[in-house]
Amino acid sequence: MRPFTYTRAKDPTAAVNQLSGNPNAKFLAGGTNLLDLMKEDVERPNELVDISELGLRDIKAIANGPQKGGISIGGLGKNTDAANHALIRQHYPLLAQAILAGASGQIRNMATNGGNLLQRTRCPYFYEVSMPCNKREPGTGCGALEGINRTHAIFGWTEKCVAVYPSDMAIALAALDAVVSVRNASGQERTIPFADFHRLPGDKPEQDTNLAHGELITAIELPKNNFAATSYYLKVRDRASYAFALVSVAAALEIVDNKIVQARIAMGGVAHKPWRALKAEQLLVGKEATDANFKLAADAEMAGAKPLDHNRFKVELGNRSIVLALQMAMNGGKA
Amino acid sequence: MHDENDPSRLTEDEKKLFEDLMPEDLDEILDSGVNRRHFLKLVTLAGGGMLAAQSAVAEQLLTKPLSSSPTELSSATIENGVTVSLKVNGTTQKLVVDSRMTLLDTLRERLELTGSKKGCDHGQCGACTVLVNGQRVLSCLTLAASCEGKRVQTVEGLAQGTTLHPMQAAFLKHDGFQCGFCTPGQLCSAVALIEEAKNGHASYVTEAIRKQPAPVQLSNEEIRERMSGNICRCGAYPNIVAAIQEVHSGKPVEQTFNFSA
Repeated sequence: MRPFTYTRAKDPTAAVNQLSGNPNAKFLAGGTNLLDLMKEDVERPNELVDISELGLRDIKAIANGPQKGGISIGGLGKNTDAANHALIRQHYPLLAQAILAGASGQIRNMATNGGNLLQRTRCPYFYEVSMPCNKREPGTGCGALEGINRTHAIFGWTEKCVAVYPSDMAIALAALDAVVSVRNASGQERTIPFADFHRLPGDKPEQDTNLAHGELITAIELPKNNFAATSYYLKVRDRASYAFALVSVAAALEIVDNKIVQARIAMGGVAHKPWRALKAEQLLVGKEATDANFKLAADAEMAGAKPLDHNRFKVELGNRSIVLALQMAMNGGKA
Repeated sequence: MHDENDPSRLTEDEKKLFEDLMPEDLDEILDSGVNRRHFLKLVTLAGGGMLAAQSAVAEQLLTKPLSSSPTELSSATIENGVTVSLKVNGTTQKLVVDSRMTLLDTLRERLELTGSKKGCDHGQCGACTVLVNGQRVLSCLTLAASCEGKRVQTVEGLAQGTTLHPMQAAFLKHDGFQCGFCTPGQLCSAVALIEEAKNGHASYVTEAIRKQPAPVQLSNEEIRERMSGNICRCGAYPNIVAAIQEVHSGKPVEQTFNFSA
């Protein structure tokens, strides 16, 4: 690991000021991804600002404003606490399931909610500093495009980058239309709709999100919804647990009089950001929740997939995963 | 130390130590008047503890600053030093660490608690699992500097004197280890897991997740899922699950094997 200075921030304002003064500084919260990347020499900050003792951990109902009736989750709260909070388990079980599908007990005890969203790709070409990678070193090329790309993207990729985004939590947040609250160095707060938080690679794969340097994630807000009884997070991976998704599906339906009035489907492991399956969603609204309609929706979404040499299996896997996740959602999340 | 007034010059003892360690560089170092501070840092950081055990000179040289106040050590030898005070297995420890030092390295190299193991050093194997403020975490991905004021419990802190923790006794009974390397992390994880289940924490395989959190009865599937962050390469899993099941249920679980006579 390269040398860096370490300071503990005393309050959010001091934290963002400290970071803004140094383009090579990074916030340290749970550290589960950042320290790993520093040990691999992928991340090379010369200063870490420890924000883990700033508070910003509350999980609470939102009483006023545009998200009234929803819930606010502190950016520096731990993943374990979010997954086990009574409000989240009861009203947003999709989010609890997604968090619990990720990593291990130890890591969820360390990782923060804001930090979870800022995880970087686990693409092996990104991790291996001797390989070309436009995400790590812009302009060097993409080792995965013509390389071993079994775990890579089938939607939204460009010649510059075919990496996928790793978080499970964020896939559920995408389906639930979360909003991210951030604070900048001038003390101003702004909110970013979840769909605009992460980016597709385009020409700038090195830029994972639309967060500016020095902006601190203070909270993640979830609007009220009627999905709790009919939602499910399905994660398909190479081993039973503690592995990243080959494909994951966050599925949530709102059913009134046997008709689907709202459908939310987001996929993980298929794109550079959480992939909202908008075509599938549109196809389901107004229809009955039948296996045949689930299949039509899955077909419509996966027809747009552009697989790479080694990940053609993800098209069929994604198709079946959408159907299964919707079936599980209808079944109250039970197999 | 003898040459405080001229920090660029090495003492005779230091020269001798340097000659023992890196003889090919000695002349260059003496000619260029190496920064003595840099030299000490090299010795301390590049496994000073190990070298000290091998060299009487090094021992003399290093025991004095190490046993004196941490602040003094910081100014002399440690790059980006951070003072941190934490409670390890009930004992308060105040020390100065390089900002890069992980909790795992601090436990093993500075506090001589070598139970926690460095396996992958990247958070993938769980051999370094310890409890911080009662929760299991990976000490290889935790900076020591970030542990100010925290309580750390390692495998060494599980037993009460010579009385084993029930989880340790159960691991022995069920032979929950083969090579034993990952066992300290498995034990810390298992002890925390029992508490998590008692507090109603859910896992990915928990059914009826919408129910209000209440103590979870652990099936073998639940135990496997909850222990998935601890990798055992020799495959003692069935015995580890049996040991955890026994402690969790409070009832004897049948052994799947017998010790040879």
